Amino acid sequence: MFIAAALGLLVTMAMALARAYLGPTIYDRILAVNVFGTKTVLMIAIVGFLTDRPEFLDVALVYALINFIGVIAALKVFKYGDLGADGSRREEGLGK
Amino acid sequence: MIDVLDYVMLFFLAATAIGIVRLRGLIAVVMLSGIYSLLAASLFVILDAPDVALTEAAVGVGAATVLMLGTVALTTREEKPVRFRPLPLVVVVVTGIVLIYGTLSLPPFGAADVPARLHVSPLYLAEGYEQTGVPNIVTAVLASYRGFDTLGEVVVIMAAGVGVIALLAGRRSGQGEKGE
Repeated sequence: MFIAAALGLLVTMAMALARAYLGPTIYDRILAVNVFGTKTVLMIAIVGFLTDRPEFLDVALVYALINFIGVIAALKVFKYGDLGADGSRREEGLGK
Repeated sequence: MIDVLDYVMLFFLAATAIGIVRLRGLIAVVMLSGIYSLLAASLFVILDAPDVALTEAAVGVGAATVLMLGTVALTTREEKPVRFRPLPLVVVVVTGIVLIYGTLSLPPFGAADVPARLHVSPLYLAEGYEQTGVPNIVTAVLASYRGFDTLGEVVVIMAAGVGVIALLAGRRSGQGEKGE
């Protein structure tokens, strides 16, 4: 069952990779990175169970947290064009 | 099964690297480099190095992506088109061939009877837990046996961070804004 799940994850990773490479808009690419991060979390968990070492779940948890923060930071840069923006300004970011 | 995972993820890694080289939009390149770091971190986990994988995830996916996005926001979004020049390609290919040739004389992966693993490694493995109390041997070596080495690395990273903050703060105050 874990092997089947791992193969399915590899297919999903390939599709996310293709979207990150082809993605016509920035948001496609951000979403692709986010999806890829999620798949990495799942892959690490599955590798942990495949090798009978479920303590890899801790690593997977840290990945999930980092992935979330990274995506938030990327979205903020695209919206405001600046990581230090306080959010009150409505200036043009990198998004459009 | 783990071998199949290794091969497929190494293939993804190579595909991502080629994509980074070929794409001209720098934001897409930053996103792809984040994926590259995620793949590298996954491979570290598969190779039983969860500590290195955690560092790679925190630095490569988190900090490096944010820093590169900040750089893109401060500079430009498009890479200038470059003319194809054969000399760098030749240099890279020759260097790669030399490096691969060098790996041929390395001992097999995981071999236990090589000089690098006969000096202090058995001592670390046998007495590491009693001497340091750290369950993971890699963490014990990095944080305890080589504590001063790690401290030096932390000092270097802090100096680099202070330098970057000084540069960016100077730029901000020049614009009349409050720096972060």
